[in-house]
Amino acid sequence: MEFGLTKKQELFIELFEKFAQEEVKPIAAEVDEEEKFPEETVEKLQKYGFMGIPFPKEYGGAGATDLEYAICVETLSKYCATTGVIVSAHTSLCASPIYMFGTEEQKQKYLRPLIDGSKIGAFGLTEPNAGTDASGQQTFAVLDGNEYVLNGSKIFITNGGKADTYIIIAMTDKSKGTKGISAFIVEATTPGFSIGKKELKLGIRGSATTELIMKDCRVPKENLLGKEGEGFKIAMKTLDGGRIGIAAQALGIAQGAIDETITYVKERKQFGRPIAAFQNTQFQLADMQTKVDAARLLVYRAAWNKSQGLPYSKEAAMAKLFASETAMEVTTKAVQLFGGYGYTREYPVERMMRDAKITEIYEGTSEVQRMVVSAAMLK
Amino acid sequence: MYKIEEAKDYFVFVEQRDGKIMDVALELIGEATKLVKETDGYKVVGILLGSDIKDLAQEAIAYGCDKVIVVDDVHLKTYVPEPYTKCMAQIIEEFKPDGLFIGATSLGRDLGPRVAARIKTGLTADATLIQVDPEKEGNKLLWVTRPAFGGNLFGTIICPDFRPQTATIRPGVLEKNQPDTNRKGEVINFDVELSDADVNYEILDIVQRIAEGIDITKADILVSGGRGVGGPEGFKVLEECAKELDAVVSGSRAAVDAGWIEKAKQVGQTGKTVRPLVYIACGISGAVQHVAGMDKADLIIAINKDKYAPIFDVAHIGIVGDLFTVLPELTSELKNIKK
Amino acid sequence: MNIVCLLKQVPDTTEIKINFETGTLIRDGVKSIMNPDDRAGLEEALKIKDVNNAKVTVITMGPPQAEIMLKEAIAMGADEAILVSDGRFAGADTWATSSTLAGVLEKVDYDIIIAGRQAIDGDTAQVGPQTAEKLKIPHVTYVEKIEEVHDDYLIVHRQFEDSYHLVKVETPCLLTTLTEMNKPRYMSTYGIVDAYDHDIIKWNLDDIVVDPSNIGLAGSPTKVRKTFTKEASKKADLFEGSPKEAAHLIVDELHKRNLV
Repeated sequence: MEFGLTKKQELFIELFEKFAQEEVKPIAAEVDEEEKFPEETVEKLQKYGFMGIPFPKEYGGAGATDLEYAICVETLSKYCATTGVIVSAHTSLCASPIYMFGTEEQKQKYLRPLIDGSKIGAFGLTEPNAGTDASGQQTFAVLDGNEYVLNGSKIFITNGGKADTYIIIAMTDKSKGTKGISAFIVEATTPGFSIGKKELKLGIRGSATTELIMKDCRVPKENLLGKEGEGFKIAMKTLDGGRIGIAAQALGIAQGAIDETITYVKERKQFGRPIAAFQNTQFQLADMQTKVDAARLLVYRAAWNKSQGLPYSKEAAMAKLFASETAMEVTTKAVQLFGGYGYTREYPVERMMRDAKITEIYEGTSEVQRMVVSAAMLK
Repeated sequence: MYKIEEAKDYFVFVEQRDGKIMDVALELIGEATKLVKETDGYKVVGILLGSDIKDLAQEAIAYGCDKVIVVDDVHLKTYVPEPYTKCMAQIIEEFKPDGLFIGATSLGRDLGPRVAARIKTGLTADATLIQVDPEKEGNKLLWVTRPAFGGNLFGTIICPDFRPQTATIRPGVLEKNQPDTNRKGEVINFDVELSDADVNYEILDIVQRIAEGIDITKADILVSGGRGVGGPEGFKVLEECAKELDAVVSGSRAAVDAGWIEKAKQVGQTGKTVRPLVYIACGISGAVQHVAGMDKADLIIAINKDKYAPIFDVAHIGIVGDLFTVLPELTSELKNIKK
Repeated sequence: MNIVCLLKQVPDTTEIKINFETGTLIRDGVKSIMNPDDRAGLEEALKIKDVNNAKVTVITMGPPQAEIMLKEAIAMGADEAILVSDGRFAGADTWATSSTLAGVLEKVDYDIIIAGRQAIDGDTAQVGPQTAEKLKIPHVTYVEKIEEVHDDYLIVHRQFEDSYHLVKVETPCLLTTLTEMNKPRYMSTYGIVDAYDHDIIKWNLDDIVVDPSNIGLAGSPTKVRKTFTKEASKKADLFEGSPKEAAHLIVDELHKRNLV
């Protein structure tokens, strides 16, 4: 058994850290405060190859693995969870399903620009009446000649309006239930495709979260991802991988809050000594870091399993469940240790606490993760 | 090149630019006049290179040179490494100095290494202290001390087997002598054959630098004001003091938020992190976010009315008092010194 | 066009602490980094490569651990890397270091050699010009901008305290570069993968052209006689005297530090 990182992975961490500290951290508060999608940061992420880490070089990817990808999302999220989820949604929810299920032609046409850094991706599954229960899809796709005609809408879509390429899940045969669901690659410029309402959120406020509207949106037949009826399977597989990204995001948020807290408690004085000298502070920190380390081991295991071609569905669900709940707990404790200052926007921990909450919700709530884990245990 | 026993005298590279001797050269001459007292009859010898600079030899003598070797040649008008190196190498070969001191300017730190490499001798960079055989070992060896690692560690370097013992010395550290215009010395005009071929790069233009916006992270001394300064008027008191110290004025978040000083000059976690040689905190309470941006300063002086202000926990010198009485006193004392 | 960058791996001196009792540096846990002036030089080389047909080779003389820095250079975009490592090089001063580097460069094709102005652990700024002297090529130090690159000459800005010289220098030549001249690019993710698919060339004394008496401690004209640290600064007591006395106290302290 081997727990250490390789020299190569250490170099990746050095890159991610340096980039995050110099390019991400300085604008994190502004991104949150102004609900600003960090366009310029994304351009740099593209330039330095952050948008295609786990894909082979033949498609313009970095040729690294899901583990380096998870560490990337973790490190970005230490400083800005918005930036973390932009990379995660793009990589796991859009590039990844095309890589896993796309034809060679689709990979050349859609995957390559996504991962060599010219385009951004997003994924549309959730609908007003189809959240955790994805089978209730009310977006329909009907084959008409050489085109599928899509009608319906999606909500809460990360990177909505900013993405060039969308994976859209739609019903092609309602009579077959989940077996009648299909996946499509839809370009943002397709006539009939439009962006609806932008959500105002508690956290990850710089991330674009929008409604997608498809009204007689005609997509070429060859943009069907996988086969007709495979959409549900594709969506579930995609989410399995996506959970590694969100788990890594939660992990990063939690670690970021601890790092901020350590700096603060050494400097902040009460009753004549730094609050780090009080046992309550010490014990709280010990508990926080222990949980975060446990979360990290779960996240890295899930990513490693995926990179090795081993089963990872249960592992990813466990990682996301534990990392997201840890993030919520740790950021709440961090705010408490900061006291009144922690509640203000002068320090980043209140933002981290707000950002942490979404990790327990999106790409499968904690309850869904428990379903996935227990189902794997009881089958 | 020559034997150690043959070596004698301390030579100073009298750097001049546009016909004006650099202060550091005068400082080195001053130091050399002290060092020769610890030798049996060494002289202070200046090396003056340039074009149309003969008049400067007397100035070097006034500041303490016993002898000045002058190469006056049109090829030396503006500094180019090769012709200067050629002159230095020939002078060293001819006159066999025991020690050679060069100002650690951006010119001296270019010339020194090239010369030392050509004649094969040891060169100590950017020194702040020169001593002659301080432990009386009877060898006249120069002990040259230089700071490293940001001034936290010092190394004393010797060059036992090669001559001249060469060092570049940091400007502003050593003291120059009072000039004595009646002082007599020898001027030696030395010929070095220089041609256009020696000038191995071409200077197309010389562009004087226009003063740029002030960057508080590059300042050696910062006079910083906080809430206690009370308003933009208060900052004028800081500015007057800063002027005497060649310092830059900065501020805390409270002062910036109040609009008394611009954001670019804010020190602290949400501003800039600074590590000047001296940080004078005036009316700054010392909130954590401020201290995080300045606690690496070499010397922290805090002036605050509140003796319990947390700034005193990081200060090296804590002055409990009103900045509006302490600073003007400081300003006037600095003015007196300059006179 | 062949560009060679000389790089040095240095301890991150901003992290170094001093043990005032023993007068030594505490290096434990201090990261090793690519020297900042050298990194700026590498960036300049890569900028030239971005628009010209150039090959960038990075060379370092150092312990085997310096390999990671060369991997980093490749991950930033360098084409080739040579690690020159030999116990016999240990203890070298700038004279011996420049002899060694010149001995390496005798075996490498170059049009432009770029070195950082100075290393943050030694601050000497001597290795660049001394290497140029030993190769008998012109040098320009304190380069703050590379204005033009031509096949047989360069035009650069040579910084002085109050001005700059616009210098035209023929190749081959050696430049030393300043940290403030650019913001070096990051490594890229694909670059890191490349770096680990790429072998670093490893040389020792026997692979280079140098007189062995000119290297290492024995080949160094300067010797370190002693090292010491400044005294630990301790928190002073609060001063509650008159403003005049306070001003005097401050001036005294500044005077001790040669600041007034």
